[in-house]
Amino acid sequence: MVALIKNSQNLEVWKVLESVKDPEIDTVSIVDLGMVEKVEVEAEQIKVTLLPTFLGCPALEIIRTNTKNAVMGLSFAKNVEVEFIFSPPWTSDRVTENGKKGLKEFGIAAPPRHLEEDGSWHVDCPYCNSTYVTMENIFGPTACRSILYCKSCKTPFEAMKPVSTIM
Amino acid sequence: MSNVEKMMSTEEKKAVETLLFQLADDDFLFSYRGSEWLGLAPHIEEDVASSSITQDSMGHAAMYYKLLEDLGLGNADDLAHLRPAVERKNSVLTERINGDGYYMDTPQYDWAYTVVRSYFYTQAKRAKINSLKESSYKPLQEIAVKVSMELYYHVMHWKLWFKQLLSSTEEAKTKMMSAIELVVADMGDLFSYGEQKEPIERFDLIDSEEKIQNAWLEALRPTFEKLELDLPIIPEPKLNGRNGQHTDELQAAIDTLSEVYRIDTATNW
Ligand SMILES: [Zn+2]
Repeated sequence: MVALIKNSQNLEVWKVLESVKDPEIDTVSIVDLGMVEKVEVEAEQIKVTLLPTFLGCPALEIIRTNTKNAVMGLSFAKNVEVEFIFSPPWTSDRVTENGKKGLKEFGIAAPPRHLEEDGSWHVDCPYCNSTYVTMENIFGPTACRSILYCKSCKTPFEAMKPVSTIM
Repeated sequence: MSNVEKMMSTEEKKAVETLLFQLADDDFLFSYRGSEWLGLAPHIEEDVASSSITQDSMGHAAMYYKLLEDLGLGNADDLAHLRPAVERKNSVLTERINGDGYYMDTPQYDWAYTVVRSYFYTQAKRAKINSLKESSYKPLQEIAVKVSMELYYHVMHWKLWFKQLLSSTEEAKTKMMSAIELVVADMGDLFSYGEQKEPIERFDLIDSEEKIQNAWLEALRPTFEKLELDLPIIPEPKLNGRNGQHTDELQAAIDTLSEVYRIDTATNW
């Protein structure tokens, strides 16, 4: 019985975490981005373990606060701890299908899974799906994004950078 | 974390701390110098790119300071901002100014110098991080894996600038050549572990100085061959930053950033 309750509470925490959006991209949650590594519920003590996408990301503290506040909203939550860990490292293949959809909705191409031998990579335009795109700036407005340009629909767009352990 | 700590001898702990301070102070000063370029880079795209690199590097420094905090050496932010120059273990190369003039005044920063320093430095960092992935100190090993992924983009970026400027106009090439000379002259301590060399290497915290330096040279080789340049010869250090020997440029930088930090901390009250 206790185990069952714990289990359902755990699910409730995961569910509420889906409402915690990326501070800059409100169409994807931290769950969609694959940032949630672990949820632990022990009596009234709840611990959420997150993986930062990039180490210097200035949004991390906002995410921490928003996560804490969201979980505190649950009736059984008394004490909430949010911890960032680095191992396992976050990699871009942790972004879920739902996350990719959310990114595209926002005009951001999902991180590509395949890297060329020279380290370059390709994504399609999130607006018109054209493959006729050029890299404008590998460093976008935030650490995790790059700026590209679609030559078909003549629109600049962003892509989430691929990040993997082979790098 | 505390388990790891308990298992270490005093000697090993000292070696770990020293290496962590070297890595932390290197990235901290490197990103501080990078941050001075904010709004001054050659064009807006570059401004975005270098501030992104600066931000990543500051994040890396913060991680190392956090490990030092975990080892009981004090608050991470204080370690970054308040330690005087004689206690700093960064290489002299990372503390050098970007050029003449004060940031708030009329800076005449040297972009060629920044490109060369950044390329040589990030490539050296790459060699260290590759080795740290196998470090006997687990917390460092874990961070190295994460840093590595971000560093990948930094190296790519600076290598591109380096190649482009050296294959453009004669003027650019001349500026780059003198920048290379300036940077190399300060590289004597970049691959040094200072007084703790012996224990740092013996405890397998990281590969030997010689091995890291060779890995660095091998990484530069293809680029240098393509540009028909001779590989740099690293001089003996005149000052060894790893042992707390620094230029006045470091003290000036610390004065500036600790002043801002103190004001910041005060307003938080
Ligand atoms: Zn398009």
